[in-house]
Amino acid sequence: MNRFKDSEHLLRVTGVFLAGIVLFLCLRAWFVPKSFGQYGHYRADSITEIAALPIRHAGHEVCESCHADVLEVKHTGKHANVNCEACHGPLAKHAEDPSIKPVLPDTAVLCARCHEANSAKPKWFPQVVTAEHSQGLPCNTCHQPHKPGLKDTDAKPADSKTADSKTAEAKK
Amino acid sequence: MHFIPAANFTYPNEIELNWSILVVLYPFITGLVAGAFILASLERVFNVEAVKPTYRLALLTALSFMIVAPLPLQLHLGHPERSFEMYLTPHTSSAMAMFGFVYLWYLMVVLVLEIWLDFRHDIVLLSRSTTGLKRVIYRLMTLGSQNISPGALRFDDRAGYTITIIGIPSAFLLHGYVGFIFGSVKANPWWSSPLMPVVFIFSAMVSGIAAVMLLYMGTTKLRGEKINQDCADTIAKYLFYAFIVDFSLEMLDLIHRIYEADESFRSLDFMVHNSLWIPHVIIQLLMGTLTPILLLAATQLMKLPPVTRQRMYALAGSLTLIGIFAMRWNVVIGGQLFSKSLLGYTTYTVPLWTREGLLPAIALTLMPFGILFVLVKLLPPWPGSGPSAKLGGLHAETSGGRL
Ligand code: HEC
Ligand code: HEC
Ligand code: HEC
Ligand code: HEC
Repeated sequence: MNRFKDSEHLLRVTGVFLAGIVLFLCLRAWFVPKSFGQYGHYRADSITEIAALPIRHAGHEVCESCHADVLEVKHTGKHANVNCEACHGPLAKHAEDPSIKPVLPDTAVLCARCHEANSAKPKWFPQVVTAEHSQGLPCNTCHQPHKPGLKDTDAKPADSKTADSKTAEAKK
Repeated sequence: MHFIPAANFTYPNEIELNWSILVVLYPFITGLVAGAFILASLERVFNVEAVKPTYRLALLTALSFMIVAPLPLQLHLGHPERSFEMYLTPHTSSAMAMFGFVYLWYLMVVLVLEIWLDFRHDIVLLSRSTTGLKRVIYRLMTLGSQNISPGALRFDDRAGYTITIIGIPSAFLLHGYVGFIFGSVKANPWWSSPLMPVVFIFSAMVSGIAAVMLLYMGTTKLRGEKINQDCADTIAKYLFYAFIVDFSLEMLDLIHRIYEADESFRSLDFMVHNSLWIPHVIIQLLMGTLTPILLLAATQLMKLPPVTRQRMYALAGSLTLIGIFAMRWNVVIGGQLFSKSLLGYTTYTVPLWTREGLLPAIALTLMPFGILFVLVKLLPPWPGSGPSAKLGGLHAETSGGRL
């Protein structure tokens, strides 16, 4: 012991550090989930947990089986390749039980999500500055969501004729 | 987010800058830690008498900034509690995860231990002379050992010396890592360069030396004492040398980029001439590098009265810190202002109040000074102010902590 007379305090620090390491190892044993590292650097149980989550999207084909009419319209327009649930949201519950009626999307929010002008979007993609373009009207006043080309002229609200030509002019 | 209307093409994930001013702050703060520590170590290893008055101050400065260093990142990422998982389930192929251990090693084994050994004599004496809560704190800090025999103090000195030797490569690792992280992003031509870690280390030394010099002069003035001219001169000389190396390396990087002129060059060149013109060319290079180098060179070459020299040091030091901050800014923000398509650019304006805004950044910058204030109250680093120095014992003539 005499040999350590003058370095004994350093042994105390070492003791404190060792205590810290032991505490850390205990915490580690406590916190790290049991299945961690079974397959890789993650918690193996998470796979079964995620697999057990309820399915929320039904998929395009399922919607088609009951809504052939919408599909027909959609196929003829530019939204042909946009999935139903990309606009309507996850509807697996509705597909299983049609009596659960889905809420129809609000076009002012929905359409801007994809079509709001942004220089990061490829040039070919149709985009508008919605605030200027729609002049506060819902997009489906002039566009059909399932076939986004303009609605028939006679289907337009009376006042939108001028608005229409204005935007058309503004765009030139 | 705003874009330059003339921008050609920017990928969607590049419109918004994800690495904000907080990520600028992080390398700036770790740089100060590494720089202050390297200064202290050089003083100790090469036993430079003149700069002894700053030795302990440099160590405490390094510790204060080290404690704050991870906070900008945690505020930036959110969920600070998750950073603990880096230690629980370390991923050996992740440089960032491994760095967590470097940080911990540096904080606990290098800084805390070295400071403890250096101040132990004072701590023991203070634990005897103080009362109340202070006494309890000092008692705890002694870890129950009251041994301040000459033998024990000599042992402390040798142990401290060893830790300093280990600490130097650790400090290089600490800040070299930050440069490494940027330098190894091969998709980003503004960052990707093997010179990056080296440039970061030298700029860290520059900023750390400047910070300790300013803190030394400032605190001495505040305490109403006279600045030790020899000390100020010597630190300024170190700052000058470190700056020359740092500047040469940065110029080497620049010339290499210009000469190599790879496919990214036009894009980066455009950026430097436009959105980075003020932060890079004006603030970093002219104001923050060339001006302080010229000021320091003047103090080296000309015979100037001490007061003039001190003022020039203060000015050069402040400009240096601004310049190094600008360098971090230009690396972190600059690397995100241009598109990887090399065709488009975006812009960044610092928000004020938000989580990653200017005010949190300022608060984080001030925090180390608050910690330093407390540390300095607890462990007075001033030459001749600790109880051991007053006692005239072993440490009297070596309040710098060496034998
Ligand atoms: C089993 C057949 C069936 C499937 C599958 C199905 N639906 Fe329906 N859906 C219906 C019926 C029936 C209605 C009419 C309900 C009513 O009008 O009360 C309806 C109504 C709707 C409505 C209109 C609600 C309204 O307010 O008018 C939307 C929107 C809708 N479905 C979307 C979808 C989508 C999207 C899918 C695919 C995920 C889908 N449906 C799958 C049968 C189905
Ligand atoms: C581009 C977005 C978009 C896509 C893709 C889309 N819808 Fe719609 N859908 C809408 C909007 C918006 C409305 C509401 C129209 C309104 O309020 O007048 C709507 C309304 C409906 C309605 C209510 C009746 C009607 O026709 O107005 C049904 C049913 C429907 N959608 C089914 C589908 C199905 C099935 C698909 C996939 C084949 C689909 N939708 C794809 C946007 C979309
Ligand atoms: C999920 C993203 C998405 C949403 C939501 C969406 N669209 Fe589209 N839109 C597209 C895509 C994809 C195209 C096709 C682009 C192409 O291929 O040229 C398109 C094309 C269009 C076009 C161009 C048609 C043409 O003939 O050139 C219009 C107009 C349009 N959408 C309007 C709307 C309106 C109105 C809404 C809201 C009801 C809407 N879009 C919602 C993705 C979307
Ligand atoms: C007042 C009628 C009107 C309203 C409301 C309206 N649009 Fe349009 N939109 C038009 C007309 C007209 C065109 C065709 C202009 C042309 O082809 O030059 C058009 C074209 C478009 C295009 C294609 C642009 C291109 O470059 O190909 C998109 C996308 C579009 N609209 C999206 C929207 C969205 C999203 C909304 C809702 C926020 C909306 N529109 C509301 C009248 C309208």
